[in-house]
Amino acid sequence: MNLMEYQGKELFARVGIAVPRGRHCATAEDVARFIAANPGEWVVKAQVLVGGRGKAGGIKFASTPEEGRARANEILGLVIKNRQNPQGETVKSLLVEERLPIAKEAYCAITVDRATKKPAVMVSPFGGMDIEEVAEQHPESIAKFFVDTAIGYSPFIGRELAFTSKLDEGYRKAFPGVVAGIYDLFFRYGAKLVEINPLVLTRDGRVFASDAKVELDDDALFRNPEFAQWQKSLPLDEDETLAAAAGLGIRNFRRFDGLVGTMANGAGLAMATMDAVDNAGGKIANFLDIGGGANAELVRNCYELVVNHTNAKSFFINIFGGITRGDEVARGIVQALRETTSRKIPMVIRLTGNNEAEGRRILAQAGMTPVETMDEGAAAAVKLAGAAK
Amino acid sequence: MSIFLDKNSKVIVQGITGAEGSYHTGRMLDYGTQIVGGVTPGKGGQTTGRGLPVFDTVKQAVEATGATHTCIFVPPPFVADALFEAYEAGIGMAVCITEGVPVHDVLRVVGATAGMRIIGPNCPGLISPGKASVGIMPGHVFQEGSVGVMSRSGTLTYEVVDLLTRAGMGQSTCVGVGGDPIIGTTFVDCLREFANDSQTKALVLCGEIGGSDEEEAAAFIAAHLAAMPIVAFIGGRNAPPGKSLGHAGAIISGAFGTPQSKIAAFQEAGVPVADRPSEIPRLLAQRLRETGVD
Repeated sequence: MNLMEYQGKELFARVGIAVPRGRHCATAEDVARFIAANPGEWVVKAQVLVGGRGKAGGIKFASTPEEGRARANEILGLVIKNRQNPQGETVKSLLVEERLPIAKEAYCAITVDRATKKPAVMVSPFGGMDIEEVAEQHPESIAKFFVDTAIGYSPFIGRELAFTSKLDEGYRKAFPGVVAGIYDLFFRYGAKLVEINPLVLTRDGRVFASDAKVELDDDALFRNPEFAQWQKSLPLDEDETLAAAAGLGIRNFRRFDGLVGTMANGAGLAMATMDAVDNAGGKIANFLDIGGGANAELVRNCYELVVNHTNAKSFFINIFGGITRGDEVARGIVQALRETTSRKIPMVIRLTGNNEAEGRRILAQAGMTPVETMDEGAAAAVKLAGAAK
Repeated sequence: MSIFLDKNSKVIVQGITGAEGSYHTGRMLDYGTQIVGGVTPGKGGQTTGRGLPVFDTVKQAVEATGATHTCIFVPPPFVADALFEAYEAGIGMAVCITEGVPVHDVLRVVGATAGMRIIGPNCPGLISPGKASVGIMPGHVFQEGSVGVMSRSGTLTYEVVDLLTRAGMGQSTCVGVGGDPIIGTTFVDCLREFANDSQTKALVLCGEIGGSDEEEAAAFIAAHLAAMPIVAFIGGRNAPPGKSLGHAGAIISGAFGTPQSKIAAFQEAGVPVADRPSEIPRLLAQRLRETGVD
């Protein structure tokens, strides 16, 4: 679960990372009232998960209540899009924050590193831009430290990172405390990523987390029931909403603009199935990973999801039974077709692996013939989608 | 030989009385795996439907059976505890099937259990065809032979192995390393073992978009395994950038983890990358001829 900036900053405050003074506001009136009660220079920031809000007009300055109201009205309701989220995200709330006199901007983050199997702390003196961009343009500027979890965080790690990355001297005193804070947050709340970009050094020598990006591990949320409320308030895009309604994980379904519907068990096979349709000269209507151990009811939900919510003109179901049993999937397909009131589209079914014989028998009884291979299935589905035009 | 698992491996199942645990224990037994018992706290002294003894603790199970391997099916919140218990009892190889284990639990466990090999979590397990299977892989698609297989995905592994078997290319050991952000055994860890295995003459590596496991594997191959015939496949070439598709690991961000960067890394290491799984047997046969192994 990705947190909004204001939520991330609430966690920052709990672990002792300095954040600018501010207030989370839902309406333009709230913004105006807050500025009236707290005269000064303020920044009004759109609260969205999608990146690139600054360029999209989602961050503006205000120094009077009237300006605050006007800027808030401009930003609220704005749809912010980027390449990764072309549907965009509507701004529903704002963070009003003290405008900092910025001298320097740096980057600081902690994440899990698959190669070393350790938490990795990353620091660069180039802040305020995408870290991917920094990695391309100034790879030498990024200092990394892989923390031994048996030792945990110790201030030398912060000092070493500050020296290695050649962080401005103004950061030195506060920096070990900032790294201690993100390390603490990372473990205390089971985060997969904690990123401060930029970490601002002000002209008067103070250090603040000016932005907050926190990704909590969904699998660890059971330990922190307090986040359930935040989880409910976070924006799901249309695909994620549909996936959740069908009983799938929110990342198990994605729509595209092609005509061949797909469904497979396991993300790897589902991705290979997409690739197989592409190789056969077709375009996929969706990615759908039904997961492990799928039962008949979930299969029916997935059938309806693809038929009712994508452009699919044909449907390629590719199941290789492991923990998912072939007979369960076959029952689901038969049940889906019997019970559904949705339109019917031609289906190509590839079913093999655990309980394959029983699965094939069930399909045969219902008058369906499974194909033998993935390539064959993809080719047949592409042909059917073409014929259905 | 095979790696990680052979005929002599004695396996216990943690969570043996649960639905998945008992179903897959039966399948592992049918495959010929030496399952010597299981652990479910509070059910010690019972016998499973297949006549296996159930113990309250891993320590008791190891003392009574001499178990060397464990297969873990317990629910996610209890996985770290199960792995620590196995480690303390002297288990050398833990295969963790459970999906949805908190990342920080895995970090903690791998940081503190040096000496015990962990496969997974969120993986289909491990099989040395003709000898033994630990996990949930469908045994009938495998055949004993000399191709080592490693994969981040479960079902894609079965797909690829099925194709290899149909092409008459049996396997030494197949390892499903798992799709989570942190896993106990990476591709590079597998490559190190395969490099020293007398049965393994060739390798197939099934990667996917996201992360840098494939790039690291390619670098290792270039440095240490240049003479071994190896073919790779990368799933998810048609995934849009920035979208996570299922596996926590399969996210493309920036230039890192893209299919292009992985394919380029393998090609630089002299490893052909198949466009589709069905090309793998042909490419591997070609590499075997070129390198004179076959």
